[in-house]
Amino acid sequence: MSPVVGKPVNRVDGPDKVTGAGRYCGEIVLPGLAYGLIVGSSIANGRVLSIDETAARAAGGVYGIMTHQNTPKIANQPHLIPSLAGQPAPGESFFPMQDDVVHYWGQPVALVVADSLEGAAHAAALLDITYEAGVPVATIEDGRSSAAEAQTLFGGLMPARDERGDVQGALAKAEVTVDATYHYAANHHNPLETGVTTAQWDGDRLTLWDSTMGVRASQLTVATLLGIPLSDVRVITHFVGGGFGSKAMVWPHVTLAAMAARHVGRPVRLTLTRPQSFTSNGHREEQEQQIRLGAGRDGRLTAIHHRKLSVTSPFDDWAEPATGVSTQIYGCDNYLGEHHLIHGNTLTPTFTRAPGESLGSFSLETAMDQLAYELGMDPIELRIMNHPPVDNHGNAWSSDGMADCLRRGAELFGWSGRDPTPGVREEGNNLIGTGVAGAGYPVAFMMPVQHARARIFNDGSVVVQTSAQEFGIGVTTSMAQVGADALGVDLDVLRFEAGDTDLPNTTSAVGSMGATMQSSAVHNAGTTLRNELIAHAVNDDKSPLHRLSPSSVRVEGGRMSSTLDPSIGESYADLLTRNRLLDLEALGSWTPPPIDTPHGLLTFGAQFAEVAVDKDLGLVRVRRMTGVFAPGRVLNPKLARSQLLGGMLWGLSQALLEGNQIDRQSGRWALNNLGEYLVPVHADIPDVQVEFVEVEDDVVGPLGVKGVGEVGQVGAAAAIANAVFHATGRRMTELPMTAEVVMNGGSPG
Amino acid sequence: MAINQSTAAAVTGVRGPQDVPVTLDVNGSTHAIELEPRVSLLDALREHLDLTGTKKGCDQGTCGACTVWMDGRRVLSCLTLAMSCEGHQIATIEGIAQDGRLHPMQQAFIDHDAFQCGYCTPGQIMSAIALIREGNATTDADIAEHMSGNICRCQAYPNIHAAIREVRDADDGG
Amino acid sequence: MRPVTFFRAGSIDEAVAAVSGHPDSAFLAGGTTEIDLLRLNVVQPTLLVDVNDLPLTYLEDIDDGGVRIGAMARMSDVARAQRIVERYPGMSQALLLGASEQLRNMASMGGNMCQRTRCAYFRDGQSPCNKREPGSGCAALTGVNRGHAVLGTSDHCIASHPSDVAVALVALDAVIRTIGPDGTRTIPIESFFLPPDDTPSVEHPLAHGELIVAIDVPAVPVARTSRYVKHRDRVSYEFALVSVFSAMRVDDAGNVAELRLALGGVGTVPWRAHRAEEALIGRPATPENFAAAADAEFADARTTPMNAFKVTFAKRAIVRELSEVTS
Repeated sequence: MSPVVGKPVNRVDGPDKVTGAGRYCGEIVLPGLAYGLIVGSSIANGRVLSIDETAARAAGGVYGIMTHQNTPKIANQPHLIPSLAGQPAPGESFFPMQDDVVHYWGQPVALVVADSLEGAAHAAALLDITYEAGVPVATIEDGRSSAAEAQTLFGGLMPARDERGDVQGALAKAEVTVDATYHYAANHHNPLETGVTTAQWDGDRLTLWDSTMGVRASQLTVATLLGIPLSDVRVITHFVGGGFGSKAMVWPHVTLAAMAARHVGRPVRLTLTRPQSFTSNGHREEQEQQIRLGAGRDGRLTAIHHRKLSVTSPFDDWAEPATGVSTQIYGCDNYLGEHHLIHGNTLTPTFTRAPGESLGSFSLETAMDQLAYELGMDPIELRIMNHPPVDNHGNAWSSDGMADCLRRGAELFGWSGRDPTPGVREEGNNLIGTGVAGAGYPVAFMMPVQHARARIFNDGSVVVQTSAQEFGIGVTTSMAQVGADALGVDLDVLRFEAGDTDLPNTTSAVGSMGATMQSSAVHNAGTTLRNELIAHAVNDDKSPLHRLSPSSVRVEGGRMSSTLDPSIGESYADLLTRNRLLDLEALGSWTPPPIDTPHGLLTFGAQFAEVAVDKDLGLVRVRRMTGVFAPGRVLNPKLARSQLLGGMLWGLSQALLEGNQIDRQSGRWALNNLGEYLVPVHADIPDVQVEFVEVEDDVVGPLGVKGVGEVGQVGAAAAIANAVFHATGRRMTELPMTAEVVMNGGSPG
Repeated sequence: MAINQSTAAAVTGVRGPQDVPVTLDVNGSTHAIELEPRVSLLDALREHLDLTGTKKGCDQGTCGACTVWMDGRRVLSCLTLAMSCEGHQIATIEGIAQDGRLHPMQQAFIDHDAFQCGYCTPGQIMSAIALIREGNATTDADIAEHMSGNICRCQAYPNIHAAIREVRDADDGG
Repeated sequence: MRPVTFFRAGSIDEAVAAVSGHPDSAFLAGGTTEIDLLRLNVVQPTLLVDVNDLPLTYLEDIDDGGVRIGAMARMSDVARAQRIVERYPGMSQALLLGASEQLRNMASMGGNMCQRTRCAYFRDGQSPCNKREPGSGCAALTGVNRGHAVLGTSDHCIASHPSDVAVALVALDAVIRTIGPDGTRTIPIESFFLPPDDTPSVEHPLAHGELIVAIDVPAVPVARTSRYVKHRDRVSYEFALVSVFSAMRVDDAGNVAELRLALGGVGTVPWRAHRAEEALIGRPATPENFAAAADAEFADARTTPMNAFKVTFAKRAIVRELSEVTS
């Protein structure tokens, strides 16, 4: 049997998902299960004056009510650090219900536990809570005067300012300049499954079924907050109904579920309601960005100034890093990237799919399009001309592919012969336009050593394990493929187990790093076990392979054989059985390169879109999209295509539909349901074409996998906005590009 | 026609608010359970019958994850009270595969990778099968419009469309 | 949701008696609005009287060419009923462009007439809202109000009416038939939807316990070519930014002989565009006159910075729709 890595294998968890048999974290059956419900504050800034529980307790079926008056004090408040780093990873450096202060609308102020969902909801509504409310500051408009430049981002892991050369001087001297300011509305992840945690105590030991993108992050965070040993906390997560960043960090409800279970002496399931999901697990923050480009008449960039202003919480200097791509995707000696923050009455923003770079690239890639018009150049050629062979530190790319993606995309999309003149293609009530954008997403080596285990039984069946969990990225499928090839067995004898902190450690599969780091550890576990088995065989005088050099033994379908004479050999099962070994196992590990590894590390792509813009009403419909990406080794093209497709359509959503704003009087998010916070429906979906450009990469791990989770979204919204310019002649500087933005907004380019 | 007070007083059969016996016909089986009247069909399925294949995505009628069939028509179980379902036939995702064999639509979803996280999938499949039965799957535009009540945040939409087209075009019609 | 009692009515009399005999009760039809708002604690009846079994799912002919629609007929069935498609295609389109197929399979025609606004401040159960809690104020006036109404507003409420089919029905001069504790009555549809004025909480003239049993749609020959176009951010499954129902006949001289025009998404009630109709009837069917008529309709529009675009949007949508119908 030939290798299965690279084959379009169907998802191994498909049958569980299409039959409804798979159990998500809110579907665990436990005797005596109670239902918890958080009560969020109805003010954004102030204090809880009183909480009268009388009516709620009288409602019947209430097991317990927690407020700041009786909630246990947390043992430690860990600081916010991305979960990928493998440390406690609270979504915010704040834990609620420790005192009476309210910092943001929807902040948990009470938690009701009852014997039914309905009973908990009713009792929660009956809590009589009074507040002393102050004036909230929660928007850029309200907080602009208090903005200050951030020093570091990501819990101190990244500098917030990135400067080289002399940007001001270069801009002053530039033959051509572009200067654009953008406003982006906040986004909410809205996975179809809201955050949910089921908590059960057995003496001092805690088991959590937590809908998380990282069981290890949940374990670390909850153990730290509660002050209990890691060995006493087990987190199990077999299915996650989508995350998109909302479950990358560990938010207060997870620990509150554990506290509630202890409080009532029963297992507790705590589910965020859909409205609560807008105020409980972060969001992509409202932001303003400015891009200034300087270039020569020949199109060479001489200066890039990229500035971001956004709103964060009172507790954390959190901003999506917006300049990680603009600093390096195009070569430029004079660069300044800076992040400014307003501390306001919101919870801490968080990762949202393609964090930072999807909007950072929107600014850069629409400005590049504008520059192409200023210069009278083709926007693809402008990008290729400026794309360097090295990153901003002068390190060669671990692998590139940018120019190939742009060229291949142009071919697929039918770019050649395009008339760049804006505003001239009319079809009925519509103006038609096409646009392109480059895409890049950083490969971030901030994770610790990753582990996996491979175990073979003497009947030839295999279990491969890591603690990683499946949340739609296809990890259980692609890791089974990697394990099967590494060990040399057929896919159908191998089971991949994941989603449990009792299994070998991996960190959260976020930032598109899941496939890279897990595949590396799984590959190493599989090859280690294979090597052990071969060593057994060649040292076993009863084996037909006795005394062969290990390097002259190959394995296929679970059978070891001589590379010179395939008829000489035996199966793993025979070897183990003969030697009275019931099983054999090996731990594999992968130590990622240092975060400052001397290589340029971006995953590249190119995005194309065609739009129809209603010339009177401003409504934009995307007709087709083409994306070409160079994500290194593709473990499973069927699943990778789905990931990239999903990312591109997230880009469409970001471009046209998604946006929320805070009501300035109350400090509350104005939209809090899927009827009004719009995400695409079936009818919004255009023809989408996805293709890969092959690049080999020997830096990012033994298999050369760079990841596909984020890059599909980067540049998609910019390609759409550039197409809207091509259609209408108006530059879009606001997201989402709603009807009124297109009708009234923008500027003649 | 005036309705006098004696008629009003004659109204009997008000049930609740405490648990009352309710009989539900789900996937061809009769289930006698005790429920408060305020319990939705969705919560009755998930919390009382342990049929968790039907998903709760919003509990507000805005996402379609809770789609089931009532008397063969697709409805949202989150906005349906369980007690209103007495005397009606309910079908959920757990009843779609027959004798251990996946329904062609379930297999087509797997083959076309028509899901990622899988949480909206049962609702998508319940709608997709009904869509063909309704005659709303004739054109790509029909499929897109009449599936729009089922949100997929992973954006597996193009693959869902491919799965539906395949089943529609198969000889047995799914 | 607070605990409720439940009664499944076997007859109209039983249903009316059950609700009118209990001060804190409500009819439960398709449930697509009622259950949602119950769960949000926006409405809090303690007795729900389920009317889904009532024999009110019929469609039958009335007068010479009109249709009587039973109140419990489901939106999806009405939308596809042959006599609706033939006589009132714009109404069929309005039904099919509303909500999703699942919701249309549930929602009844009578229930649709009682659909509540999507105003976030109404739905949150907390903000000042004169519709939910008379006298508490209106947070929407200065809040996030992109989706709110620009016509028929008052200083007390700017919530827009969400229904699509009701827009068609006001254009068709439908009549609501009810049975209540005091007997039967008929209510012309434009008297049924009450603008907010000083009492936003009073949305229709129904007495407690008065049940909608049917909607009469009169014969409207011009409606055989009626259309409903719905504009929204996403392509489907969204409430209207602006929608337009139109039924127009242009005579041989090129003048507008008959016109029924109504708008969704812009009014506090389903909005019959009387001024536009008056401005056009008898006048040449030209884009200039359409534009003037649209201007007339929105002359008294009251806007906020966030929803002002709806005026321009709606005017353009009207002109386009009438122009397309003419051509």
